[in-house]
Amino acid sequence: MSGKGGEGRPNPSLFELALTFNHIALASFGGGLSAWSREVIVVEKKWMRDEEFLSAVTMCRILPGANQINMAVFVGSRFGGLAGALAAVAGLCAIPVTIAVGLAFAYFKFHEVPELKSVLRGATAAAIALTLSMAIKTGRKCLGGVVPILFFAAIFALNGVMRWPLLACLALLAPLAVLWGWPRKKESEA
Amino acid sequence: MKDDALTFMHIVVLFSSLSLMSIGGGNSVLPEMHRKSVQDYKWISDQQFADVFAISQAAPGPSILIVTMIGYQAGSQAGGPVIGILGALLATACMILPAGVLVYIVSSVWTKAEKSPVRMAVERGLAPITVGLILASAYVMAGSSDHGWQAYVLTGLCTVVFTTTKINPILVVGLAGVIGYLGWV
Repeated sequence: MSGKGGEGRPNPSLFELALTFNHIALASFGGGLSAWSREVIVVEKKWMRDEEFLSAVTMCRILPGANQINMAVFVGSRFGGLAGALAAVAGLCAIPVTIAVGLAFAYFKFHEVPELKSVLRGATAAAIALTLSMAIKTGRKCLGGVVPILFFAAIFALNGVMRWPLLACLALLAPLAVLWGWPRKKESEA
Repeated sequence: MKDDALTFMHIVVLFSSLSLMSIGGGNSVLPEMHRKSVQDYKWISDQQFADVFAISQAAPGPSILIVTMIGYQAGSQAGGPVIGILGALLATACMILPAGVLVYIVSSVWTKAEKSPVRMAVERGLAPITVGLILASAYVMAGSSDHGWQAYVLTGLCTVVFTTTKINPILVVGLAGVIGYLGWV
């Protein structure tokens, strides 16, 4: 579209955005979606440099929403505005959502079958382990010190054990946590 | 007809709000999703919630597909499989849209915000909260399935594998399924 050939800014079409994120979704079957996104976006397509990509990953992690979908919104909007964001998200989600609907149909039809129950009992144990390991991996990085451990323990107790509504837990703890996280040194004022 | 409309409304309210509260990704709102869809709306049972959680973790794609499966059951309970499919799509869209709009807005100013204290405060402050919510998810899921001591042992073993090796998780989940099939958990 733009007349600049060669080494100019990459300019993927909406279709290419959708296709690329579809590829990322399917290639990462079983996990490692973030690693695959980097492989495709930075290494293969050269749409972003590594630093830009890592900065985007940080944003996708701290904002609400599934990280992979946030990444699709970020990359899509960068190259194609609102249409680009929609194309990337549609590409990422179309096939997985179709599969999930099919699985839901099959599961709710056959969930009384004893063999399926047994298989799922084993699979659930592993899926819980997957969640636990995610908590361990991210916890290692940020739970150094008394205050973060207090926040961690408080939200676990309130939301997980006492089953308070999430909104109440966040309303109570998130402002305190952000206040604690606020950089104290003056030089951070740019 | 009234049932469908009410269910759709509940789907929209629940998943749109979960979308905005899902700091750290979809896994942090599982306890809240469980509380509403099992205890309040009674769309699915405790055991079914644990099952669709396991299935969605093993399925390809982003980590929020459990929402698609719960939306399906909520809809089909109110009006059969066609309403179920509509419920699934509606729930998925609601889980994606609000957070997506926020990301869309923030991404346009993100590079300029590189050094802003707000960004640093949110990044540092919310991290331990996210970890607490993810651990709460694991805790609630274990309570939701009928987790006997053998299942706890299997969960422990799998956790060690996931944290110390780079084996594709889908293989481990599959193997755990076989162990379940053999009746060992």
